[in-house]
Order: sequence, then C-alpha cells, then structure tokens
Amino acid sequence: MNGAQDMGGVHGFGPVRPEPNEPWFHAPWERRAFAITLAMGASGEWNLDMSRHARENRSPADYLSKSYYEIWLAGLEKLLAERGLVTPEEIAAGRALVPPKPIKRKLAAADVPAVLARGAPTERPAERPARFAVGDRVRAKQMNPTTHTRLPRYVRGHVGTIVMEHGCHVFPDSHAHGKGEAPQWLYTVRFAGTELWGADADPTLSVTVDAWESYLEPA
Amino acid sequence: MSHAHHHDHDHHHDHDHHHDHDHSELSETQLRVRALESILVEKGYVDPAALDVFIETYETKVGPHNGARVVAKAWADPAYRHWLLEDATAAIASLGYTGRQGEHMVAVENTPKRHNMVVCTLCSCYPWSVLGLPPVWYKSAPYRSRAVMDPRGVLADFGVTLPADTEIQVWDSTAEIRYLVVPMRPEGTDGWDEERLAKLVTRDSMIGTGLALQPSEVA
Repeated sequence: MNGAQDMGGVHGFGPVRPEPNEPWFHAPWERRAFAITLAMGASGEWNLDMSRHARENRSPADYLSKSYYEIWLAGLEKLLAERGLVTPEEIAAGRALVPPKPIKRKLAAADVPAVLARGAPTERPAERPARFAVGDRVRAKQMNPTTHTRLPRYVRGHVGTIVMEHGCHVFPDSHAHGKGEAPQWLYTVRFAGTELWGADADPTLSVTVDAWESYLEPA
Repeated sequence: MSHAHHHDHDHHHDHDHHHDHDHSELSETQLRVRALESILVEKGYVDPAALDVFIETYETKVGPHNGARVVAKAWADPAYRHWLLEDATAAIASLGYTGRQGEHMVAVENTPKRHNMVVCTLCSCYPWSVLGLPPVWYKSAPYRSRAVMDPRGVLADFGVTLPADTEIQVWDSTAEIRYLVVPMRPEGTDGWDEERLAKLVTRDSMIGTGLALQPSEVA
C-alpha cells in the first residue's frame, strides 16, 4: 500500500537529530510495549509481515502522528482485536471481559534466549531457477498494490542493475495476508542516484533495494 | 482501570529520570500499555517473566559492542575480513552473534573510494544481533526520507563531511537482509589488538552515519 511508511524521498521532515548517549528506551512504557510485542510475536498467531502491515495500514496522518513504539502498540492492538484475543473494550476497561482464546504457543521465560538466537530465517529452498543473474539490467515494476508490499515507490519504474542474489525468501506481499510463504528469488538491485532523482542528483550517489523477483522485469 | 501488574517498578526503572515517576500524570499511552500487559498476563497469553528476559537481553546483552568486535576482528585478521565480506552471516555467527533481525547478514566495506550507509525507508529494519535496538533517529522520518536522496546532507547532520568524489552507496533494507558497514580502519593503529581496535568502532560508523574514531579520541 502507498502509505506514510514509504518515506524515501519525501521532503519536509527536517534535519536528522542524533541524540548523544541515547538510552535504549525513552520511557518505561516503551520497554513494556517492546516486550509484549515480542512475546505475542512468538505466539504463532501472526507473522512478522502481518505485524508490519498492521502497523502501516492506517491513515498517513495517524502513522505520522505516532512515535515508533506507539505504532508498535497500535499494530499489536489491531492484531489482537482482529483475532478476538483482546478486544478494544477490554483495553478500555483495563481487564479481561471475555474468556481467553487458545493460542498456538505461550513463550516461557526459559525459552526466550533460544528463540531470539534462532530468529526467524526467511530463506527457503528454491523451487525454480532464478530469472535474473548478477549484472542483469532490470526495471522495478510500476505497481501500486493496495495490499502489503516492500517495493518502495521511489524505485518503481526505474532501471537498475542486480548486484547480489540472496536465494529464495518468504514473499511479504503474500505472507502478510495469510496467503502462504510463496518464496521467491530475492535480489539486491542498485540504482544510480540520477536515475532515481534526476539530473540534479548527487552524481556520486547510488541506492540499492532488496527486491523479490516479481517486483522486477527485464530492462 | 486495573493496575494489577506494575512491572515498571522494577530495577529497569532506574535509567529513566525524566518520565513516569508520578502516577497521577500517567499518559493515555502509558495507561493503555499497562492495561494491555495486564490483560495479556491475565488471559495467560504471555509469561510475565519472559517479558523481563526480552528487556534484559536488549538492555544489557545485545548492543553495538557486538558489531564492534566483528569489525575489529576484520581489521586485525585478513582471513576473517575475507570471510565476513563473502559470508557475513557465518562469519558473525562464529563470534556468537545470531538470531532475531540478524538472520541474513551482509557486510559492506568502506574504502577511500566508496562510503556505505544503511537505512530502512519502509520501517526501521536494523541488524539487532550486532547493533542492538536502533536509535530514535534511525527510525525517524527525517532519516528514512533523506538517506536515499541526500545522504551527504544527512552526514552533515552528523558532522561528517566526505570528499566530493567519494562514491556513496546507500543500502535500503527492504527485505530480511541486514547490512553491517565495516568502517575504514584509522591510521596510527598498527599493531593494536582487537580489544583496543574495538574501542574505535562506534555504532554510527557501522550504520554509515559516522566514521571510526581516531586513536586520539579514545583514552
């Protein structure tokens, strides 16, 4: 979806403001929002792509008015509500009002280190040969799906060169909507700054994105 | 509203001197997070002890010291450097850094000709296993919007100026590949061991918004 999360090349946000000696969290509630998001993420009730879509699938005004962990919290509330695990009424009341529903997994404290160390690799066995090879010229497709995607607007329609091939990876556009992992070949595609931004762009700039095969066509 | 689970009152609280000491002034967000955590525990979806393990891991164990050790080893050991650039996931795992948000790693090396910078324009993908949780500026709209279009302007916000003819390669992490920048080793460090070298490797130098420290900058 063409949401506010897709920020590459947007003007007007002002300077970057580094914070010396920045703490890991800026308020106690951020710690708790972080921890409950990771704990529920381990429940198996949704995947990372669904989490991202839940955070992004909101009005640009809403997205831009929230801090990072406020977006996480809103995404978590949405995922819980969609599955009937925690209702908005319960959050308003501050207590359970309906009985719990069964979940696939409840992560025990003792298992957290192993779960974090394992992570969630997204590479899958290849089911077909790669369409492109390193060095190929490709065009990022002009596309505007209303559903989840990871092809930023600023590269759509532009021509670049494949510089890496990463094997087959879970396809977010499918996975975010419960339509299976549908793994595809994943490539790093390099674009000249002038191709993306025009003749006035910094001539020393190039930008890469990681693009699944169906995002690309031969150029 | 129920306040049955006041986990904010534990030792983690000590780091925050500017928020949430006065419960009469709890923000709506603080109350929502507290309510949600309480409901998740009440319904048996999360183990409260697991929440503390998540927080402890990312506040005390995982951080840029991991990545600094990787870079220092690459500087000191040519065989390791070669391995890191060929297969970063394995080379980094050999030092014990694996897992969540570091499942598929690529290391990119700065040279006198080319400077690398990492961003995630679509959310805030970041190599947690080697750098820990991302700083606020990395997740912010100013950084995500400008890094791919005006990286020299972003570098200026960090007080960094590169030669006009240095190529700038920006890596937008749009998939599950995570990028680690290997900064240039400073002059005057011949014969330094890895532990001493690691002190020169800042978080920002591994994102590409900074350079490694000079020997004169460390005690």
